[in-house]
Amino acid sequence: METIWFCLISVMIAIYVVLDGFDLGAGIIHLSVARTDAERRAVLASISPVWDGNEVWLLAAGGTLYFAFPALYAAGFSGFYLPLMIVLWLLILRGCAIEFRNHMESPVWAPFWDVVFCGASALLAVFFGAALGNVVRGVPLDASGWFFEPLWTNFRLGADAGILDWYTVLVGVAAYFALTLHGALWVALRTEGIVRERARRVMRWSWWGAGIFTLLVTWATFSIQPQVPHNFVEHPWGAVFPLLALGGLAGVMALARRENSDFGAFLASCAYLVGMLTSVVFGVYPYVLPACTDAAYSLTIYNAAAGGYGLRVGIVWWVIGIALATGYFLYLYRHAAGRIKTASRDSQ
Amino acid sequence: MEEALTLHRLHFAFTVTFHYLFPQLTMGLALLILVLKTLALRTGNEHYNRAVRFWARVFGINFALGVVTGIPMEFQFGTNWAQFSRAAGGVIGQTLAMEGVFSFFLESSFLGLLLFGEKKLGPRGHWFASQMVFLGSWASGYLIVVTDAWMQHPVGYTLGPHGEILLSSFWGLLLNPWGLWQYAHTMAGSVITASFVMAAIGAYYLLCGEHLGYGRTFVCVGVLAGLVASVAQIFPTGDSQGQLVMEYQPATLAAMEGLFETKPGAPLVILGQPDVVNRKLDNPLEVPDALSMLTYRRWKAEVRGLDQFPRADWPDGIPVVYYSYHVMVGLGTIFIAILALAGFALWRGTLYRSRALLWTLLLSCPLPYIANTAGWITAETGRQPWLIYGLMRTPAGISPRVSSGNTWFTLIGFMGLYLVLGILFLLLVGREIAHGPEPETQG
Repeated sequence: METIWFCLISVMIAIYVVLDGFDLGAGIIHLSVARTDAERRAVLASISPVWDGNEVWLLAAGGTLYFAFPALYAAGFSGFYLPLMIVLWLLILRGCAIEFRNHMESPVWAPFWDVVFCGASALLAVFFGAALGNVVRGVPLDASGWFFEPLWTNFRLGADAGILDWYTVLVGVAAYFALTLHGALWVALRTEGIVRERARRVMRWSWWGAGIFTLLVTWATFSIQPQVPHNFVEHPWGAVFPLLALGGLAGVMALARRENSDFGAFLASCAYLVGMLTSVVFGVYPYVLPACTDAAYSLTIYNAAAGGYGLRVGIVWWVIGIALATGYFLYLYRHAAGRIKTASRDSQ
Repeated sequence: MEEALTLHRLHFAFTVTFHYLFPQLTMGLALLILVLKTLALRTGNEHYNRAVRFWARVFGINFALGVVTGIPMEFQFGTNWAQFSRAAGGVIGQTLAMEGVFSFFLESSFLGLLLFGEKKLGPRGHWFASQMVFLGSWASGYLIVVTDAWMQHPVGYTLGPHGEILLSSFWGLLLNPWGLWQYAHTMAGSVITASFVMAAIGAYYLLCGEHLGYGRTFVCVGVLAGLVASVAQIFPTGDSQGQLVMEYQPATLAAMEGLFETKPGAPLVILGQPDVVNRKLDNPLEVPDALSMLTYRRWKAEVRGLDQFPRADWPDGIPVVYYSYHVMVGLGTIFIAILALAGFALWRGTLYRSRALLWTLLLSCPLPYIANTAGWITAETGRQPWLIYGLMRTPAGISPRVSSGNTWFTLIGFMGLYLVLGILFLLLVGREIAHGPEPETQG
């Protein structure tokens, strides 16, 4: 039962990364691919009907984590206190930027929110990557099951590591490139003309960034978290996850070279992100928060899970609720499909 | 320790109070938008569709702020109240996760369609979207209230070997009797806020002599919906909520009423200042025996005062509980008076010309926000010194490793950020009101 919830929450997080990933990525490249007001409106129009729903996957995954693994939620959220609060502020500013940018016609209003949108999106990508890095690297949990990490200490690994050290920063940068690539593919898929051309240019350099940093992060992960090589050696079938990621990344380049395979390239990028995430999840299982102090203090799916009755009853409503949500999303995305025209300024 | 506790409480209180300024409007407004949209569909009158478009814009701004200020609430259970979360997450995490899965997906998907999809969806589809937004926001309200109700009156759980709290009855948690009344009371409060806001904007247009047709519609819908909701707010929902407090949180009831001594024929205090040190009420203005009647339905029934409870079990902020409760009840009574007068004038056909009543409606706009906030302060400070009533005391719930310095940092950060959001909100809503609905002659 614990393993089932571990997988379900991983699926929710993967969906979140794939969906909100493209609107975060669109934010990162917003200033560079869209220069005029009309172009920026086009980029925003490509995400505005769906970004809020995408972000709900974060909330729903958080809520599910809360009730399925309360000890993990409590230790993790209080231990990562400062970066989580900063993430909240960035999410608030970014939400305001998307929702309020087009409320006023003014030469100072819109450019201000454009910068907020871009900056918050970029920082969020780095923070989410660094958060994942922390979960892989491990945190200084003690016998009481608590820890607290400052934002940074000396940027080295070890018992007094901060949220940001060389490894987590490396993961953060990798996430930045991966989401830039993902966002560029989305914008290329949903826009036309000059915006699409610029997005395709961003796609090319961010692909190299994502590729190089993926290799660096993979090497670093195998050397600092012994559970990862252990799992891949014990269960060789797990190699499908990194292969999915590699295949996705190769597919992006192969498809994006063509003129009319935008959708295929975007799907390949989804496969890349899902492959990366599932590789990590597979690599750390059954840990959910390893301890870098003493392996015995680590939080696993067993010592962090809620009572059996709650987990069983949760499955029932979870399946119903997610089936409904999937229905809304299919409807919404079909409704919002198609390329967005750049020229007109009619919509309010 | 003491400082850390105070800061964590202030942190949650500040962020949740600010947050609830937005959902209390959107939940009630979702219902009123559905009413207007149904009128449009029934009568085929484009006037109501234009009114819906105006209110959907106001709704959209409030909804966006409700969403961005709502995310920190879920996070703070873990960041600031980690011991509470570790112990009780298996229970209240259920309803919080259900809110995300059942309400937020529904709301976020259909709000976009309500705001931008009218042309594509057609009148029936658009009406359906407004219904889904209403359903999503009211389901969200239920799942949050039932979460709070579990902290007020824990049910459906057992204690595990290490003191962890385990869910034992899903339906017990979901159908907590406390939650059902608290929900009805909360939602009536939300409809009151939306009604007063709608009536106030209508009154503003009538007093300014612009958008007259809309002004009349807004005042009419606002006054009628507000009248029904504010009567329901006192009876049966407020009364039943009071009965539950009397039964399960008697010390809280005594604090709310400022009743220091147990006595038969307890009076209902209208005004007066509680003196906690000397355990008495200064300058009391009271209705004799009325509290006994309201609680036990007998004039001479004995009502338990604070003297019946150990000092350690008193709510730690007696004056806060007492004043917030009296502000809530006082305003609730004033709402009925204002809306009954306005309703009578509406029936006589004089309301739209009565400048005094229109001014009253306009100036009353902030009052339901104050009343709803005061009600929540009564409930949450009245629950003290318990975090989960009778099960976990508040100091036992905070995050053990988060230093005061870090909490100060984020509290100040939130205060600054929310000040900016507040200004932004007033600016944007002010513009929408100044701009007004589309002129009647168009379309």
